[in-house]
Amino acid sequence: MSYLFDHPDKVMPFFWEHVRLTFTSLLIALCIALPLGFVIAKYRKLQAPVTSVLGIIYTIPSMALYAALIPYTGLGKTTAMIGLVAYAQMILVRNVVAAIQGIDPMMIEAAKGMGMSKRQIVFRIEVPLAVPVVLAGIRVATVSIISIGTVAAWIGAGGLGRLIYQGLNHDHTGKIVAGTVTIALLAIGADLLFRIVEKIFSPRTA
Amino acid sequence: MGIVFKNVVKQYSNTAAPAVDNISLEINSGEFIVFLGPSGCGKTTLLKMVNRLYDTTSGTIEVDGVDIRKVQTEQLRRGIGYVIQQNGLFPHMTIESNIAVVPRLLKWPEEKIDKRTDELLEMVHLDPRTYRKRRPNQLSGGQQQRVGIARAMAADPNVLLMDEPFGAIDAITRSSLQDELHRLQRLLKKTILFVTHDVDEALRLADRIIVMQAGKVVQFATPYDIVTNPANDFIRKLVGERDVYRKMGFLKVEDIYSADSLDEVAATADGVTLTDDLKLVFNRMVEEQHKAFAVVDSNNKRIGTVTMDRILTKLAQ
Ligand SMILES: Nc1ncnc2c1ncn2[C@@H]1O[C@H](COP(=O)(O)OP(=O)(O)O)[C@@H](O)[C@H]1O
Ligand SMILES: [Mg+2]
Repeated sequence: MSYLFDHPDKVMPFFWEHVRLTFTSLLIALCIALPLGFVIAKYRKLQAPVTSVLGIIYTIPSMALYAALIPYTGLGKTTAMIGLVAYAQMILVRNVVAAIQGIDPMMIEAAKGMGMSKRQIVFRIEVPLAVPVVLAGIRVATVSIISIGTVAAWIGAGGLGRLIYQGLNHDHTGKIVAGTVTIALLAIGADLLFRIVEKIFSPRTA
Repeated sequence: MGIVFKNVVKQYSNTAAPAVDNISLEINSGEFIVFLGPSGCGKTTLLKMVNRLYDTTSGTIEVDGVDIRKVQTEQLRRGIGYVIQQNGLFPHMTIESNIAVVPRLLKWPEEKIDKRTDELLEMVHLDPRTYRKRRPNQLSGGQQQRVGIARAMAADPNVLLMDEPFGAIDAITRSSLQDELHRLQRLLKKTILFVTHDVDEALRLADRIIVMQAGKVVQFATPYDIVTNPANDFIRKLVGERDVYRKMGFLKVEDIYSADSLDEVAATADGVTLTDDLKLVFNRMVEEQHKAFAVVDSNNKRIGTVTMDRILTKLAQ
């Protein structure tokens, strides 16, 4: 513990590196998962094949996935992010599908009956109603990325995992504890932040 | 004008018999029409063909003289108010945004929408200052349905479609909503198509009732005619035996009064009006010991007479 308090200047760069890695991976993952989830929620025939492929990726242990990727993309941040994005897909896509399909069909009927076009129904009804559920998915995905991101340090992605890795190599317990505690704090902090955002976006309850 | 159904058929692909089986009807502008019948008889299907949520398999529907297939679908729907069972309000929008949906689709200027929103909320007896910014889940079921009605009327459509709008609401609230709707319809002269399987609701609200059975119209008549002359045993059972006293509730002074001002009937200060129901008139006759009343218009000017004899003659028919 003392390492964390004595050398915050040495922990912080790892912390920010971890945040950047998480954030970038999350953004890329969302760019894929939001449209993909929306499309398979609408075209149900695609749903089973897409979710089973994502499910298979999700069950591959992270180290094994990285081992398989290294011959193609090498060591470093790129490989790490490919892995993180792939893991997040399962969580995000499933949530987007659940969010869209969980919308009360009466809502869509009311919107149609009032004369909204297909486009207007998507942007004025479906998207806003899906947001709270999707946000919950983003929260879970973020926390997963933070924790799996630790493993990514082993293939040279940097971040807090690297601090733990150093500690293990040099038998430096202080570094191991500092890395672990900071990761936990980051995960809890991210969870809390998203819970607040969810609260803001969900329709207020009385 | 009004709504005209001509040989309308709806055949769903997965059923043998058509859900709506060759229905032709003429509904006058400003009429309150109730579709009544057991679950599955095709009421909702018939209703939803009017705003093209379902398309007809064959036949035509005209709204105010225009074939609904000749109009762009979205445009048609923006001109027809639509109220569904509770939960029809969008939970992510405030009450004012819910009400503004159709005016915004029609690109009304914001000031006009703002004014209209207050007007509509007052019309359904909800204080705009209290309720405009609330979310639907902060309102009771009855209040939500008031907003639903206000929302459907937002752009002042001539026609309103309502599919069991009070179906999920407790009996006491339902009865006050029925009164409210009845009042609004008298005031605004909308053509209303209202679906229900509740016989009392139908008898209470309708100018004319369309009784349906297995996709067909078995009787299209006033509540009074349906109660007194049911077209078949099915309807007789449906409406049950109604005693004379209840029958009077379905008749109004305008159905039986005579336009002469008989001299022997004193033009009492508090005459009856054309829209009073006969139950009320009869009660007054008994309580006040009069055999006749003067009928007066809204300016309290005498326009005719209603007598006990005329009531009895009508009931004996
Ligand atoms: N979308 C649909 N697809 C297939 N069959 C339907 C559909 N909607 C209704 N039906 C069938 O059509 C018949 C009439 O249904 P509906 O109009 O909903 O009756 P009601 O509103 O009087 O209860 C029923 O037998 C019902 O099962
Ligand atoms: Mg129905």
